[in-house]
Amino acid sequence: MTDNEVGSGAAEGAAPQDASDGPFDATGAGPLVVVENVNKHFGDLHVLRDIDLTVNRGEVVVVIGPSGSGKSTLCRSINRLEPIDSGTILVDGKPLPQEGKDLARLRSDVGMVFQSFNLFSHKTILENVTLGPVKVRKQGKAEAVKNAMALLERVGIADQASKYPAQLSGGQQQRVAIARSLAMKPKVMLFDEPTSALDPEMINEVLDVMTDLARDGMTMIVVTHEMGFARKAAKKVVFMADGQIVESNTPEEFFTNPRSDRAKDFLSKILTH
Amino acid sequence: MEQLLDLFDFGPFFDNFDAILQGFWAMLRLAAAAGVLSLVIGTVLAGFRVAPIPVLRWFGSGYVNIVRNTPLTLVLLMCSLGLNDTLGLAFSGEPSTTYYWWAVLGLSGYTGAFVCEALRSGINTVPLGQAEAARSIGLTFTQSLRLIILPQAFRAVVAPLGSVLIAMIKNTTVASAASYGEIAAVSKGLLDLPSFASGAVPLFIGVAIGFMILTLPTGFFFGWLAKRTAVAR
Repeated sequence: MTDNEVGSGAAEGAAPQDASDGPFDATGAGPLVVVENVNKHFGDLHVLRDIDLTVNRGEVVVVIGPSGSGKSTLCRSINRLEPIDSGTILVDGKPLPQEGKDLARLRSDVGMVFQSFNLFSHKTILENVTLGPVKVRKQGKAEAVKNAMALLERVGIADQASKYPAQLSGGQQQRVAIARSLAMKPKVMLFDEPTSALDPEMINEVLDVMTDLARDGMTMIVVTHEMGFARKAAKKVVFMADGQIVESNTPEEFFTNPRSDRAKDFLSKILTH
Repeated sequence: MEQLLDLFDFGPFFDNFDAILQGFWAMLRLAAAAGVLSLVIGTVLAGFRVAPIPVLRWFGSGYVNIVRNTPLTLVLLMCSLGLNDTLGLAFSGEPSTTYYWWAVLGLSGYTGAFVCEALRSGINTVPLGQAEAARSIGLTFTQSLRLIILPQAFRAVVAPLGSVLIAMIKNTTVASAASYGEIAAVSKGLLDLPSFASGAVPLFIGVAIGFMILTLPTGFFFGWLAKRTAVAR
């Protein structure tokens, strides 16, 4: 099995692949997102260096690392919000298309949750969740509303459906953002530091929703600083520094027994207080 | 004293009140059509200016920079004398109809450039994350522009758009240059009448008040609309 193959020289023994019985399409095991030899520069800054990463169906991969290590860029490059300079990214076996209709179609299958929520501020909570299904999936209005209400129920915001985003707390907005992504029935969900802009007491309500999703078998790539979530929900932890994947392992192994000095240093800084 | 009162004799003004009202009516028809059309042109141009296709961006910025920096009189003369009379591109055989549409087109094409720039500054107020979120749920460029970006951009620039429309309403007075008989043309006709000798000052005051009756409520309306539609972030 090579499903945990990561980085040059950092390949690691495969974690057991347990079949999930959740509601998401996690049946066919095997790679869903494959990142191969990806490089990207911002001007002189080499933000992604020869990145290799394979994410299997139903797998939750947590990407951690210091600021500026390229983890957000990696996350955003998977639905091509950031174009890459070289290398390939395959989603469900297909390479990312160029900007246009094909890319829009691919993005509709890749959910994304942002640090700053980015709910559509001129639309109500319900409209935020139904917009994609109606305009992209061409679903009927009534059906879209029914699904949206079920999703809002699931993330615990159904009673706020007619409000506008600015009337909700950060944690509530982020849960709506997760519902908005889920409404598209994505194959994989990307989380770009979903709790970094939240007040401490709101972080858990968002992490709970994410943990539920993980348990239900959603394929997730999560950039986060929440080590508790990584321990609890992740199948694999990927540690990035300076644009490279330095280490990749199961959460238990990574947190108790980090092998690289860079990871040891990082963990000692964040775990001591 | 006697002479001073003569200057403010509104008699000749009201003697020709029908002609003046007709001038205002002609101007209103022009302003209404140009208002709608300039919003359409400005929106399309703003879409071009932020489009991912370079040719559209070049066209948008080229158009705006040429038209915005050309005197309106020149634009309208170009339409009436150049395109209509010389090149024979008439909308109709009826002079009043063809000059009306050329005035509408010239004025909207000109105002559209300003609408575009107001709207583009509105687009810049919409956080980048809104467009990223729109793209990430699979909306195409035109869908995200139409459903997410422009609705928020419009709300942000309601007040400046009001100023553009007020300027447009007053700019209708230049349309007489395009042989369209609106209020400025009517006024000039009246001033040329020998019998209208003492009516100049009342005429100017009357026309100014007429414009204010139109533009002041426009300003208030847009101010109210801006407050009402503001997006809370």
